[in-house]
Amino acid sequence: MIKQKVRVKSFKINDITVTGRSDQTLLEVAKEHDIFIPTLCYLEGLSCVGSCRLCLVEVKGARELVPACTSKIKEDMEVFTTSEKIDSHRKMILSMIFSERSHTCSVCEANGDCELQDKSVELQLDHSLVPYIDSRFAIDASHKNFVHDPNRCILCSRCVRVCNEIEGANAINIGGRGINSMIIHDMDEPWIDSQSCTSCGKCVYVCPTGALYEKEITKEDVTTKREIIRNLLKNRAENE
Amino acid sequence: MNKIRLATIWLDGCSGCHMSFLDMDERLIELAPYFDVLYSPYVDTKEFPENVDLTIVEGALSSDHDLEIIKKIRANSKLILALGDCAITGNISAMKNLYKSEAVLQRGYFELSDINKDNRYPSTVVPKLLDRVIPLHEAVKVDYFLPGCPTPADAIYEMIHALINGTIIDISKYTRFGK
Repeated sequence: MIKQKVRVKSFKINDITVTGRSDQTLLEVAKEHDIFIPTLCYLEGLSCVGSCRLCLVEVKGARELVPACTSKIKEDMEVFTTSEKIDSHRKMILSMIFSERSHTCSVCEANGDCELQDKSVELQLDHSLVPYIDSRFAIDASHKNFVHDPNRCILCSRCVRVCNEIEGANAINIGGRGINSMIIHDMDEPWIDSQSCTSCGKCVYVCPTGALYEKEITKEDVTTKREIIRNLLKNRAENE
Repeated sequence: MNKIRLATIWLDGCSGCHMSFLDMDERLIELAPYFDVLYSPYVDTKEFPENVDLTIVEGALSSDHDLEIIKKIRANSKLILALGDCAITGNISAMKNLYKSEAVLQRGYFELSDINKDNRYPSTVVPKLLDRVIPLHEAVKVDYFLPGCPTPADAIYEMIHALINGTIIDISKYTRFGK
C-alpha cells in the first residue's frame, strides 16, 4: 500500500483559522483547539464510526451536515459547529435515541451516571420531539457478572469496538437490522455461552448508558473500574 | 396586583412531584401572595375552573378521563407546565406500554384476584385505560417542561420564580430526566 504523505492543512472552524494533519478528523482538530463539539458514540482510543450523529457540523458548500468524528479535514474548508440548524438537528437526533428504546431514567441502573442523560442536559432537551416507540427486548442476565439490557442500548457500538480493538476477543457484534438491531454475543447466544468472551468487562465500562452493567457492585467500584479501562484506552491511543 | 390564577393536577403519577412542590417549604410563603390556587389536590374544588393562568400538571395520560381533562385544561389555561418525568416522558406510568394495557388488566383483575366472581374488568365508574400511556405533549400543546423524578423543589421554585418575573431560566441547571 502506498502511504499518503501527511501534510499540514489549514482551514476555519467558526471563523477561527486552525491547522491540523491531513490524516486527522474534524473532531480531533476541533478538540486540539478547544472547540467543543458534542459526542456520544465517540470514545478516545477507539475507532470512529459516526453512529450517534450528535457531532454533526456544517461544512460550507456541503449539501448535508457531516459527522465531525469521521470527516477528514480539507484545506480551506469552512466549518461551523453551532447554528440554529445544527442545534435543532442534534435535538431531533437525541429525541430519536430517547424514543427508540425505553430509557426510563428513574428505574435505570445508570441514573445519575449516564452519558445519554448528560446529553439531554448539555443540549437542553427537556422533552422528546418524537413519540416513544415502546419496543421491548429480552434482557440477558445469563453471565455471572454482567447484564445486557437491550432496552437501554443506543447502538453506539463502543462495546463492539473495545472488544475487537482493545481486548481482541471479537465476542460482540451488532445483529439484526434497523430499529431491531441488538448487541449479540458470538452467533447470538446467551452471554454465558459465548466461547470468545473473556469476561474482561471492558464492554461494560465503555457503555454510555445502563445497557451493559455489572451485577452487585458499588458505585465507587464502578467509577474505579471505568477509570482504569478508559485510561487504558487513552494510553493505547497515545502509544500508537 | 392581579394574582396569578393557578391550578395543579395529579394525573397518572405517584404524587411525588406534588410532594416536591410542598418541599419548597418556607419559600411557599414567599410565593403565596402571587397566587390564587383555584384547583389542586391541595384545595377542595370539584370542577376544573375557567380562565386559569397557569396549570401545573403532574403525571402521564393513561385513561380516557385523563385525555378528557387535559383537553379541558388546555382550553381553560393560558399556560401549561408539565411537571416531572411522567408528564414529560411517560416514565414509570408508561412502562406498561411495553406489555400493553390488556396484559396489566389481565394480571390485576384475573391472575392476582381471588374475589373477581364476575370474571370481568370494571367497566363503569372507573375510567377506561388507553391503549398506550402518553406524555402530555402528545395530546395537547405544553408550554413548559420541568423534568425530574420527582422534580426537585429547587427546580420548581426557580421555574415559578422565573414565570412570576417573566425571566427565562436554563432548567438543566436544576433538573434533568430521572433526577
